[in-house]
Amino acid sequence: MPRSVAAPASTSTSTPVSVLELSDVTVTFGGLTALDGVGLAVAPHQVHGVIGPNGAGKTTLFNVACGFVRPDSGTLHHHGTPVRRLRPTDLAGLGVARTLQGLGLFDRVTVLENVMIGADRHARTGFLGSLLALPRAHREDRALRERALAVLEELGVAHVAALLPPSLPYPLRKRVALARALVAEPELLLLDEPASGLSADEMDELGTLVRGLTDRMSVLLVEHHMDLVMRVCDEITVLDFGRVIASGPPERVREDPAVLAAYLGETV
Amino acid sequence: MQQLLNTSLVGLTLGFVYAAFALALVLVWRSTRVVNFAQAPMAMVTTFVALVVIEGGASWWLGLAAALASGLVLGAVLERAVVRPVQGGSQINAVILTLGLFIVLHALAAVVFGNRYRSFPAPFGIRGLEVGDRTVALTPTGVFTIVAVLVVMALLVALFRFTDLGLRMRAAAFNREVARLLGVRVGRMLTLGWALASLVGSLAGVLIASGSLVHPGFMDSVVVFGFVAAVLGGLDSPVGSVVGGLVLGLSLSFVSGYVGSQLVPLAALLILVLVLLVRPGGLFSTTTARQV
Repeated sequence: MPRSVAAPASTSTSTPVSVLELSDVTVTFGGLTALDGVGLAVAPHQVHGVIGPNGAGKTTLFNVACGFVRPDSGTLHHHGTPVRRLRPTDLAGLGVARTLQGLGLFDRVTVLENVMIGADRHARTGFLGSLLALPRAHREDRALRERALAVLEELGVAHVAALLPPSLPYPLRKRVALARALVAEPELLLLDEPASGLSADEMDELGTLVRGLTDRMSVLLVEHHMDLVMRVCDEITVLDFGRVIASGPPERVREDPAVLAAYLGETV
Repeated sequence: MQQLLNTSLVGLTLGFVYAAFALALVLVWRSTRVVNFAQAPMAMVTTFVALVVIEGGASWWLGLAAALASGLVLGAVLERAVVRPVQGGSQINAVILTLGLFIVLHALAAVVFGNRYRSFPAPFGIRGLEVGDRTVALTPTGVFTIVAVLVVMALLVALFRFTDLGLRMRAAAFNREVARLLGVRVGRMLTLGWALASLVGSLAGVLIASGSLVHPGFMDSVVVFGFVAAVLGGLDSPVGSVVGGLVLGLSLSFVSGYVGSQLVPLAALLILVLVLLVRPGGLFSTTTARQV
């Protein structure tokens, strides 16, 4: 293994430049070891991909990164600072946003309002302020609305702002979910299978979009579509049966015999 | 004709109170998926607080303010200290717990405020308004009741529809996990939901009590009527609960006026059973595919 990814020793020499660093993370569900000493570091302004066959532990890794799953052992550093007991509520404050495989849009509020909830990190109107409709609260509400609209505009879905999510076709809903994550202006964006259910053209657009995000944030993405991953990622971590079997830039991972074996089977 | 008018007016006034109470139940249901049976004794307790304030020499309005403020606090405290710890388990736990609270608050009120009937003053006159040379069954206090409920509803609609806080509260109610992920302080939103519901319930309590008698059990029938009204409206829709309250108030008033007042509770139950049989999703439910 060329890079010191899974090595526990990397904890002490952790480079503080990483936006997010997981070291030696182990997660077990009952007798099943979902992750076994996994580590990865997301550098600023990079797209970091996590790939692997079904059941390799990609989603579990993601859930550890956002506090849904607490690892049995291992550490999590955010900008070099250790984060203990990460809770999902803390994410927004840490500048981390995530999209969900199931999208998780609120069905009964409009697209615009969905995005406005995502922008919450920047809105801090107190209870009394809102209740008494203080002018400041009103101004902030309006600023929030405008920012949400601007992001919808950027992703080309501003025309559906007033509609309810269930009335939209799937690719549009996906964009709305992405807009909701982007509006928080995160430093780190976690994308869970962003390309699933998209056509080849849409996937192409998505790739360009993700590349365009790197001047503002880092991206960690879990994805099945190899061509997309190879195109957009600066770094790739390959998981198989809960272990890191390879990591590095796409051109190296592509040639790695362990990766080929995991994807194609060892004995053909 | 005179009777029809009077029956309708009485029904309308009552309907607005039921609507307010149903709204309180719906607010709690939407945010925590709990039918709060303790809503009635909570409102009873805060109405007694108002009575104590008023009997201490303060005006009726200060009494109302005290009831609303104590309602806000009581709702928040109960959610935080009693309901929150059992959330996450089976949903029935919290419901049973509110039934327990029902009994506890009753007993406490009897100890603290006494078990006898006490009269509660009215903010305005309780004689019917005169229209031409006739007196109709709408009192100035009744008019105030309607206006007060309408104002509170308008404020709630404004909060939920037009403010960021309301949006966060709705997000927390719809999908906790996702809301959390987006940085919404879900716990706070749930506490706030209970507090607001308790405030609306307190308003209903004081309005019912005004110009009438209070004792520890005076709200008990209202929780039944409020619940029927909420189910009529679909239990999930604030607008539905208001319409449900009005429909129920008018129906019960007609039963009382034309059939017999002893049949009112029976009629309420009959309406509940009919709604559950014919339109279990409430009067305004749209047909939705259900997963089995």
